[in-house]
Amino acid sequence: MKKIAQSLIPQFLSCVGGAMDLFVPVRMSGAANWGIWDKNRTVDLDTLKTVKSPKDVFFPQCQTMYTVHHADAGYTIDPMKLTSQPFCVFGIRPCDVRALTVMDQVFLAEPEDTFYRARRENAILLSLACHRPAQTCFCSVFSIDAAQSDGADVMMWMIGQDLWLEGQTDKGNGFLEQFSELLEDADDGACVEEEKESIRAITRKLPYSGLSLEGWGEGRTDEKFDDPNWEQLSDACLACGTCTFVCPTCQCYDIKDYDTGHGIQRYRCWDSCMYSDFTLMAAANNRTTQMQRFRQRFMHKLVYFPTNNDGMFMCVGCGRCVDRCPQSLNIVKVIKTMEKGREEEQA
Amino acid sequence: MQELINRAKELLADGTVARVLGWKKGDFVYNPEPHIFTSAGELEKDFIYDGFCGANLSKYMIRASRMEGKTLVFLKPCDTFSFNQLIKEHQVDREKAYIIGVGCKGKLDHRKFQERDLGDIESISGIRMMDECDVVHVTTIYGDKADLPFADVMLERCHYCKTKDHQIFDEKMLGSRETTDKDGDRFDEVRRIQKMSPEERFSYFRSELSKCIRCNACRNVCPACNCLHCVFDNTNYDTAQKANADSFEENMFHIIRTLHVAGRCTDCGECSRVCPQSIPLHLFNRKLILDMDELYGEFQAGSDTQTPGPLTAYTLEDPEAGAGLERSRG
Repeated sequence: MKKIAQSLIPQFLSCVGGAMDLFVPVRMSGAANWGIWDKNRTVDLDTLKTVKSPKDVFFPQCQTMYTVHHADAGYTIDPMKLTSQPFCVFGIRPCDVRALTVMDQVFLAEPEDTFYRARRENAILLSLACHRPAQTCFCSVFSIDAAQSDGADVMMWMIGQDLWLEGQTDKGNGFLEQFSELLEDADDGACVEEEKESIRAITRKLPYSGLSLEGWGEGRTDEKFDDPNWEQLSDACLACGTCTFVCPTCQCYDIKDYDTGHGIQRYRCWDSCMYSDFTLMAAANNRTTQMQRFRQRFMHKLVYFPTNNDGMFMCVGCGRCVDRCPQSLNIVKVIKTMEKGREEEQA
Repeated sequence: MQELINRAKELLADGTVARVLGWKKGDFVYNPEPHIFTSAGELEKDFIYDGFCGANLSKYMIRASRMEGKTLVFLKPCDTFSFNQLIKEHQVDREKAYIIGVGCKGKLDHRKFQERDLGDIESISGIRMMDECDVVHVTTIYGDKADLPFADVMLERCHYCKTKDHQIFDEKMLGSRETTDKDGDRFDEVRRIQKMSPEERFSYFRSELSKCIRCNACRNVCPACNCLHCVFDNTNYDTAQKANADSFEENMFHIIRTLHVAGRCTDCGECSRVCPQSIPLHLFNRKLILDMDELYGEFQAGSDTQTPGPLTAYTLEDPEAGAGLERSRG
């Protein structure tokens, strides 16, 4: 176990940022979002939930895949280089770490996504425990521990004036070794155990902690697809993409060409099932109403994805959509409403 | 609030309306959602109208206008401007709406609670229509308690409320309370930005807009953005609705949107309320409102259903096209 005084964190980040690409939550124009560290930027480790998740670090919202250049001699095609240097993701929350495991199911399955794999393999994840989870958090519903992320290379706890760090993998221990100068050796950390217990106790009492996923998951397609509640649940949906873009697990994307005038840039960008051209095909669109698009989002997360991935849900309970939906619709309301419907049916 | 429920039930029961467009209780105090109620039982159980019911319901009336029978819609004073404007643009059918103009004592901004570390609201009082709405008492799930002046946690737009008089209604219910800041002017911030050097101004907007995630919430909530198919949703262009193909595209999106709603924007403030990144989008619209006021005389979109807007009317006294250029050169 290592620790560092909070006041030395900027110096520590400066060391890391000088040696490798360092991603941190950055406060800019009043909002916290993930960005690359720079000595002029304001690092924000206090905000529990960045607006967008760190998904961008692994799967950027917009990413050029290759360029085609037209010259006199013909065409040249340049694929974008894959990440080959280790980089650090500092302060990622346990739910967002689990979200990577969810995305792995898609991007690391055959055919493997080489861009994603390169990012994933070179990333050193330093996860920060959630000292004060929010009312909208429900990670525990998906068996995620806000006090300790098992998928992180280094686990961190902010306790009083100190940040405690514990290596969890070889990669993580190597990182702590590399930047050991500013870190002091600490005891086994009784206070860390206390902090973990405190976080877990809070998590158990959060209002959404009792949310039941019974009735969702593998093989529920027929039952849920025709549920009469979709209509009223989606009535107020604006068809904006906020929920999908702040979501750490939504991973649908589109591929487009940008005409540079003398060639093309083929890029991919996040898509949103809320948008009218989502999965638009040459013949037509198979989803023509907002109810159908709305249903697609939640069926994908709670039924189709688990059906294809051994029961794993495509939600980690980060609660960003609960916070950000302009009209206050969200996955929790969907789950609760249908649960209620089931209860009434059984009664 | 019970009187609203009772009246809605009456109008449903006597067949005046087929449905009721209002706000449904959320699972937290701060997240009620717009909802269509179709039964007395549902109204009794779930209807709510309090300080967190900020959503402007007028745009939903575009869809409701195509439904069978009348829809009872609750509109706050500022929402009625949007409704009038939608009538002017032939987007809603006046005959399909039964409008209850509801009073307003200012609407709350949950993010202002979050900024004060009071976002995890377990209980709150002082936000019902029967309350004075001067002070909000809040208790969080962590046991923190605070008494906040209502004005401190109010949506930005309410500080510059146009009026508490409904512009269109069939009947009015519940009283309002003045929320406007006495010394404030809604153009103060615009004037402050106008005074910046071009470089400062450019970097201010670049910084704000760099947060844009192209979620289109501002566009989709905007009553003036009522195109059936937005130009940004056209898949035949290099511009995409969902991502920035280059580093200026999100800026372009907002500039185009502002210009397209110019003269039609009622300054309802929904764009800024819904932006997940808290970009002060209303400032763009106010800048154009200020410019149009100066060039063509004061005009408030949505104050009636007839008067042509400054950009759709032509008079011989209109400034010449070069006037804008001259202004920009100072």
